[in-house]
Amino acid sequence: MDANTFLIQVLNGIQYGLLLFLVASGLTLILGIMGIINLAHGTFYMVGAYLAFSLSQHFGNLWLAMAGGVVIAVVIGLVLEWLLISRLYHRDHLYQVLLTYGLILIFEELRSVVFGDDVHGVAVPEILRVSIPLTETLSYPVYRLWMSAVCLVLAVGMYFLIQKTRLGMIIRAGAANREMVQSLGININLLYRLVFALGVALAAFAGMIAAPVASVFPGMGNQVLIVCFVVVVIGGIGSVKGAMLAAILIGLVDTFGKVISLEIGGVQLLPQLSGMMIYVLMAGVLLARPEGLFGKRA
Amino acid sequence: MGKLRPGTIILVVCLLALAVLPWFAEKYYVQLFTKMMIMAIFAMSLDLLVGFTGLVSLGHAAFFGVAGYVLAFAAPEYEAANLWVSLPLAMACSGLLALVIGVLVLRTSGIYFIMVTLAFAQMVFFLFHDTEFGGGADGIYVYAKPVAAIAGWEPFTLENHTHFYFVVLALLVLVYTGLRILLDSLFGRVIVGIRVNEHRMRSLGYRTFRYKLACFVLAGVLAGMAGYFAAAQFGFVNPETLGWHQSGSVLMMVILGGMGTLTGAVVGAFSMILLELGLQGLPAIGGMDLSKHWQLLMGGFIVCAVLLLPHGLLGLGRTASRLRRKPAEARDG
Amino acid sequence: MSKNQAFHRRGFLKTAIAAAAVAGVVSLPSFAYAQSKIKVGLMLPYTGTYAQLGVAITNGFKMAMSESGGKFGGHELEYFTVDDESSPPKATDNANALVTRDKVDVLVGTVHSGVVMGMVKVARDSGTPLIIPNAGAGAATGSQCAPNIFRTSFTNWQPAYPMGKVLADRGIKKAVTLTWKYGAGIEAIEGFKEGFKKAGGTVVKELFLPFPSVEFQPLLTEIASIKPDAVFVFFAGGGGVKLMKDWQAAGLKGKIGLYGSGFLTDGVLDATGSAADGIETTLHYGDGIETPKNKTFRLNYAKTYKLQPDVYAVQGYDAGLLLVAGLKAVKGDMSKKKEFLSAMEKAKIDSPRGAWTMSKAHNPVQDIYLRKVVNGENKVTGVAQKALADPARGCKM
Repeated sequence: MDANTFLIQVLNGIQYGLLLFLVASGLTLILGIMGIINLAHGTFYMVGAYLAFSLSQHFGNLWLAMAGGVVIAVVIGLVLEWLLISRLYHRDHLYQVLLTYGLILIFEELRSVVFGDDVHGVAVPEILRVSIPLTETLSYPVYRLWMSAVCLVLAVGMYFLIQKTRLGMIIRAGAANREMVQSLGININLLYRLVFALGVALAAFAGMIAAPVASVFPGMGNQVLIVCFVVVVIGGIGSVKGAMLAAILIGLVDTFGKVISLEIGGVQLLPQLSGMMIYVLMAGVLLARPEGLFGKRA
Repeated sequence: MGKLRPGTIILVVCLLALAVLPWFAEKYYVQLFTKMMIMAIFAMSLDLLVGFTGLVSLGHAAFFGVAGYVLAFAAPEYEAANLWVSLPLAMACSGLLALVIGVLVLRTSGIYFIMVTLAFAQMVFFLFHDTEFGGGADGIYVYAKPVAAIAGWEPFTLENHTHFYFVVLALLVLVYTGLRILLDSLFGRVIVGIRVNEHRMRSLGYRTFRYKLACFVLAGVLAGMAGYFAAAQFGFVNPETLGWHQSGSVLMMVILGGMGTLTGAVVGAFSMILLELGLQGLPAIGGMDLSKHWQLLMGGFIVCAVLLLPHGLLGLGRTASRLRRKPAEARDG
Repeated sequence: MSKNQAFHRRGFLKTAIAAAAVAGVVSLPSFAYAQSKIKVGLMLPYTGTYAQLGVAITNGFKMAMSESGGKFGGHELEYFTVDDESSPPKATDNANALVTRDKVDVLVGTVHSGVVMGMVKVARDSGTPLIIPNAGAGAATGSQCAPNIFRTSFTNWQPAYPMGKVLADRGIKKAVTLTWKYGAGIEAIEGFKEGFKKAGGTVVKELFLPFPSVEFQPLLTEIASIKPDAVFVFFAGGGGVKLMKDWQAAGLKGKIGLYGSGFLTDGVLDATGSAADGIETTLHYGDGIETPKNKTFRLNYAKTYKLQPDVYAVQGYDAGLLLVAGLKAVKGDMSKKKEFLSAMEKAKIDSPRGAWTMSKAHNPVQDIYLRKVVNGENKVTGVAQKALADPARGCKM
């Protein structure tokens, strides 16, 4: 691999990692702040992609579709929290796992009823439909760079919101001690509802901006979900910083796992077993730091 | 234990019903109940973790599936494996895998534990899915059911579906009784103590990690037993057998029946499989083919079960009487 | 406490009764009908990723049956349908239910290769005739072939093999392959490699992606640095769409030729848009086959189902035609199994894709078309190879 290709591969890895971060950040927020494990998180990613598809058909414009989609996602989040999730705060994680597992089945079938089982494409917006030539054969689509930029902006925004604002302070306090914050006269129920809606919106938004490059297809949420879990485990629950680092690490490991050849004792390990690479990384991190890179010690 | 409780009577009646079933039921139903009993063993093994030790594993299918693969490898084409060799081998392999994974995952707890078990099971999934040795994504056959011969003597033949049924029934009773005895022993009290308050158990001088690991391995071994017989019955193993959907549905069985009671796992396994059959067999009503969207109903059922049946089917009475007494409390609980 | 236990028991009894009732409902079909009907078990995906393929196959199949009159020697048809969910762990179990509970005379299914392997297992054990209307796992008509197992679609090897010769004949000598790491993809790549090597080409690198990941970017970068003359891929559905779009966005389109098994561009052209333009693939069906048979088929299908037929509908239709051939030979009397099977073996299927016959291993001997994406259609531009039979390696029949 020459230096040029190597650098492009690093760029690929970081770009994939940033998108992963965007999906995983909602998961880690809901987990860290509310203590809710949400298996349906990947499903919201799928919902976002389908919203981007159908709304952009309706409006004829991806930007409007995204705006509308985020609003719908927030509403879905608020309703779900009010109707179902709010009943789970005092219950074991087990029930959260099951309820959200049930939600996956429901949303997948609803998707089938409403949108059908077709594969759909979403057009890249006109202004971003260009590529920057990198080598004589390869160029880099500007849309991907734009995606990375959006992910970075959101990451910084989230960090600022949680670490520097009053709202963030209350959220952090609420995560540490729900009852105490409540006794201070803050409506913690409303706060949780908003955090959950934010998480859903983040996942859906990730689905929306990924839709033009990823296409829209049934079951697309499930493959994202498990990778997101790995991101959260490596980064540490509730840590935005950790999720960022872990996502980029995974992006790089996944990228190079696919293109590097590795042979030990005559057995071809890579790229044959590239699917396992991120789990090996996770096992390694767990051995060294069971609470993840930036997790609080339990 | 000594007193005859109503629960015990029902248990005995159900057991008798299961014991005479093959004389009344067609082959399909005998096989269906065999499958339900296999899943019941699988669910009980998970209940040991979830219900008693408080370890919510979302990767339990890995041990179930691996044992199936061991049987497939032990039985090359046109050559049946010996039950007495391959069954212990399969269970040992599942146990070994559970030991390796257990050492890693038990370093975590709570939400971490759920996610990490899921991720490790996924790793095992990819190991079988992405390599050729187990038939890759298409899976691998178990060509012949294991032979139960000891030095030329064959007490039963698994090729006969009634024999197979009784072997599984015997194992179900054996596993149930064995776990009951174990849970009534000091060991059982320690692991329940760990679930309630691990700190206290540790300060009492128990090395809780070892207890948890022992449970994890035992659950893996029993899941392996179930997986072995599932592979033998269906004659086919596929990476999806160890996938996370399988782990999710067995967890649902445990909860549906009522966790922390071995009987609950059995009831859950039976009712879940019957429910699935029932939903898929739904007729079309008013132009809407319900059976086509049966997963929607299944999802709705799971959500309702979580919200309305906090103690599972076996705890139905408890839930109902509590609702009657203190509606408010039950809603919050 | 005693009150609690009373509830306890009643709850349990209620469950038991409900369970028994469910079991009763489920068991009804096996008692309610007399023997004289021909029972057809359709085991196809009706939920999940492949739901649409399951519906297309069912539509095609039922259309063929109703065109034939739906009655054979006084025996009517009766359908038993199972949603296989594309879930391999449930495959043998579902197929077994159709065979032992519903006592079907013939099994039809399915789409997913892993699930079909489970069905093959049941068909081999029970001797029930099995017609496979899609899944291309080579083993079903290869090492696992059997007198009662038939396929009306393709093997994964079959549409890929001719592309090797087509490319080599154009002077392309250096190719890279790319697929998901799963059975169908690996078999298709093997087919292409075999054809390509035989015609003088070399595959310089085989690239894989873990299924069902769609993160192509690293592999496209790798391809750009290798600069092969052509890339042959096996993808379908959403993965295929994403590949073609990424390919265009990465600027590889027009610089390196992208070729594939026809599934790459089937049923996804609307979703792919301009990224698919000009891509050439090989398959046993395509748009604009100007035969009277194909025209009437397309017209009737569109009229009946208000949908345009695709290759899956054709395969389902042919599965129906094959069954009709067998049933006509025995006048609907399924006890004459030997005659039934031999009639299916000898049948000449007048398919919309062009007439085809069964190979010795019971897979179609069929023309493989070369197609090119033009204006959102898979236009047939020629025949890549006439009357191609799968080598059926490992079949001892």
